Amino acid sequence: MNAIVERLKTLIGPEMAGPGLAFLAVMLTFGIASPQFLSAATFGSVAFQLPELGLLTLAMLLPILTGGLNLAITFTANIAGLTLAWVLQSNGGVDAGPGAFLLGSVLAILVGAASGVVMGLVIAFTRAHPILVSLSMMIFLRGLGEFLTRGGDVSGFPAFLGPLGHGSFLGVPIPLIVFIVCVLAWHVLLTRTKLGFNTYMIGSNLEATRYSGINTRKVIVLVYALSGAMCAIAGIIMLARFNSVRIGHGESYLLITVLACFLGGVNPFGGFGRVIPVFVALVVLQLLSSGLNLVGANQHLATAVWGLLLAGVMVLRFVATKFKISFVRKET
Amino acid sequence: MRSFVRTHATEVSLLAVIIAISAVLSVSTANFFSLGNAFDMLNISSVNIIFAVGLLVVLIAGGIDISFAVAASVVQYGTAIALGWVGGGGWISGLLIAGSLGILLGAINAFLIHRFRVISIVATISTFNIYFGLLMFFTKGVSIYDLPDWLTDRVILFEHEMPDGTWIEITLPVLVMVLCVIATWVLITRTTTGRQLYAFGDNPEGARRFGINIGAMQFIAFGWLGLMAGIGGLIQAHYAQEVVPNALYGRELDVLAAVVLGGARLGGGKGSVLGCVLGVLLISITQNGLNLMGVSPFAFKMIIGAIILVAITLSNTGIERLLPFASQKGSGR
Repeated sequence: MNAIVERLKTLIGPEMAGPGLAFLAVMLTFGIASPQFLSAATFGSVAFQLPELGLLTLAMLLPILTGGLNLAITFTANIAGLTLAWVLQSNGGVDAGPGAFLLGSVLAILVGAASGVVMGLVIAFTRAHPILVSLSMMIFLRGLGEFLTRGGDVSGFPAFLGPLGHGSFLGVPIPLIVFIVCVLAWHVLLTRTKLGFNTYMIGSNLEATRYSGINTRKVIVLVYALSGAMCAIAGIIMLARFNSVRIGHGESYLLITVLACFLGGVNPFGGFGRVIPVFVALVVLQLLSSGLNLVGANQHLATAVWGLLLAGVMVLRFVATKFKISFVRKET
Repeated sequence: MRSFVRTHATEVSLLAVIIAISAVLSVSTANFFSLGNAFDMLNISSVNIIFAVGLLVVLIAGGIDISFAVAASVVQYGTAIALGWVGGGGWISGLLIAGSLGILLGAINAFLIHRFRVISIVATISTFNIYFGLLMFFTKGVSIYDLPDWLTDRVILFEHEMPDGTWIEITLPVLVMVLCVIATWVLITRTTTGRQLYAFGDNPEGARRFGINIGAMQFIAFGWLGLMAGIGGLIQAHYAQEVVPNALYGRELDVLAAVVLGGARLGGGKGSVLGCVLGVLLISITQNGLNLMGVSPFAFKMIIGAIILVAITLSNTGIERLLPFASQKGSGR
């Protein structure tokens, strides 16, 4: 019996406790407060809203694991979206074919990765603080996007893009499928590959990693490039969902992605954190927002509650470690 | 003089860049090199400088704050409502209410950070969401235009008619900005608390063992930023003559970039008021110059972002690496 509990503990991991408890709490609270909460409609709407925020959170996760931060994610996504939009428009707009879409998507991902590469190079070679580098990149990309679009919308896309944003496949929303594939990709990347291992190592101790013969600069550049590419995927999904690209789309997601990472038990200094708890944390955030919606509150109250949730989890974690320490001391 | 250059490398290079940009702009545009334009820029950047010196104190103490601009919005709204209750009020009561509201909001951050050991970026991201969410929820995004007359009346402290008939003026925000800058300068360079803030930011554990009250440091740093955010919020309402709940949203990152451009270090223990003010001024001079040169306003942020990116890259690479001989002279560290 004990062995099974131990196995479960290692499988779930300590990071899972916070988001797991929050998940149960949200389900219970809203399950009691609102009869419609535990319905297919709620989960359907969550499934459609989750991917945009989720993909951006994945983009934020990798840099945080290296002890950095990527504040440019939302604008990288929008610039990538713009790239796709222009390829579609220069190929006939509404009449553009799937070929143009594929070409545009590849270019969009390349653009996203390029913005990541620039940040990664600056961070790796000058040791500038990632917050600053990505912050200036964010200001630059926002400016670039506003300059190119004059602050307006770009719209008019072929009809076959609609399902990418709103369609379902075997009852599962297509954006959600894209998101889950990306979650799995990140999970495999972080747990099964050398790059993932090195990412954790750099987050724990950059100098020690460098002395052990790992090309830390290459890893950092790759991490930011992957982060940028993931932003581009988010940008493509956002384009399909809103059926337009505007440089301000998703701007308010920026700090919420950081919140989701921390809520998912990622160490703010890097080195520790896993993809699955972050995924659960995202589900909790979206369920919370839908639940509040059902009881008649709006998105802004949800934002406030998200903030309270993060503060609460941090406080609980502090109390828990303190309790654990005093508990261990008593025993010995 | 030489030692000043060595100890204030960031400030000196910022000043050099500002002078270079100003020289180019004076030649290439007709209106840049005029007292009127300089005064306009001061009036416009006042609020940002007030925020910046507040943020500087937090950065010196080794923290970071994302929530101050949103806190300033909360203060604006709260003050406007409180002034309605007390039936008008005046500058004194306005500043008192705004200042104490700001300090209160800053103290919440400090409380989370100190009492529960939440690191400052996490704590302030959560309070950012709490403040902004609650503000938008309770106000429903509605702006207040019905402000007391004393708050919206422009206060002109100095005016002068130029030979060509235009009036140049210095308004109240500039005075408040100067007072805030001087107060911050006194706090961090002329008081024991200031020394302790630097020591705490540079090495918290060392400071603790040295007998510095760490809790007090957090409350002073975040309280000071709260005070500045409160004052800045009120002045912004005065300047804009309205209270818009999301007007300051997003300002925090611009101010942060400016302060760091001025030589403050994320991680604490470094930064000066002069550098901080120069950092804000560099950005507003660039913006002003681009405007006068007829560059599309949509391109401003792009150019400014690129400048900050280059500046940060260079400042971290270090002047000594670019100029090999300089490192021998300044090999003291």
